[in-house]
Amino acid sequence: MTSPRSERVGGSGDGSPDAPVPAPAGPEPFWRGQGPVVAAVAAGGALGATARYAASLAWPASPDGFPWTVLGVNVLGCALMGVLMVAVTEIRTVHPLVRPFLGTGVLGGFTTFSTYAVDVQRLVEAGRPGTGLAYLAATLVPALLAVWLATAATRRAGARTAARGGGPR
Amino acid sequence: MNWLLVIAGAAVGAPLRYLTDRAVKIRYGARLPWGTFLVNVVGCLVLGVLTGATTAGAASGRWQLLLGTGLCGALTTYSTFSHETLKLAEDGAGRAAVAYAVGSVAAGLAAAFVGVRCAGLVWG
Repeated sequence: MTSPRSERVGGSGDGSPDAPVPAPAGPEPFWRGQGPVVAAVAAGGALGATARYAASLAWPASPDGFPWTVLGVNVLGCALMGVLMVAVTEIRTVHPLVRPFLGTGVLGGFTTFSTYAVDVQRLVEAGRPGTGLAYLAATLVPALLAVWLATAATRRAGARTAARGGGPR
Repeated sequence: MNWLLVIAGAAVGAPLRYLTDRAVKIRYGARLPWGTFLVNVVGCLVLGVLTGATTAGAASGRWQLLLGTGLCGALTTYSTFSHETLKLAEDGAGRAAVAYAVGSVAAGLAAAFVGVRCAGLVWG
């Protein structure tokens, strides 16, 4: 490989032309090849957030009520993330934009941490700290269980498919 | 119109989360999910300010849809947060997994409280 090191023409000492060229110092360029990925994440995020907004319209919560809709959205999104990550990293090879679109974009935009935290804050400020704490735990524990169970179930399904000789690995 | 506000906010928020995570990973490595932690806490702070401003009558429902449901909703994430917690646990970093989960919730909640309080001071 030639490298643009013209300022060192004749700079001697390092022997053969096959001497290893040192890797460029520092981290990889931030923006290299990021255009399509950013576009996929933006499109997926818009889609996921739209689905969350649609859910909030379909099942509106009263202002100081228990936020069941956001809870359901977050737990469902975590289960789907478990399925997706096993499917695209362990079971099959997919187009490189699938994971940014579906995972970072759609599921990332569908689920929300900020509304969760502010809803807890709202319940506490409204003089219902018990309900706030219950909501805090009632999202966190099922969300972690959902991603864990979905990951395990998808792995088992993938292994079964592979054992039957089906499915591209 | 409402749908467009949500879509516009999310089309900015989600890439912002991705690029922040990428920047943090390049700078500090991928061992601990600081990128997601950062966007989640910042998103909670911004949504707290917005909620406080709305309560004080300084922000309309449209701002809520654009910046709240759209931008903050897509900037922050529960699915990646829980997946990263599981990953840490699977990789044998159980204590880091617990610290990440509890730390994210505690910091996000604190940020939401601070945001609402700040908005109350400014617009209250």
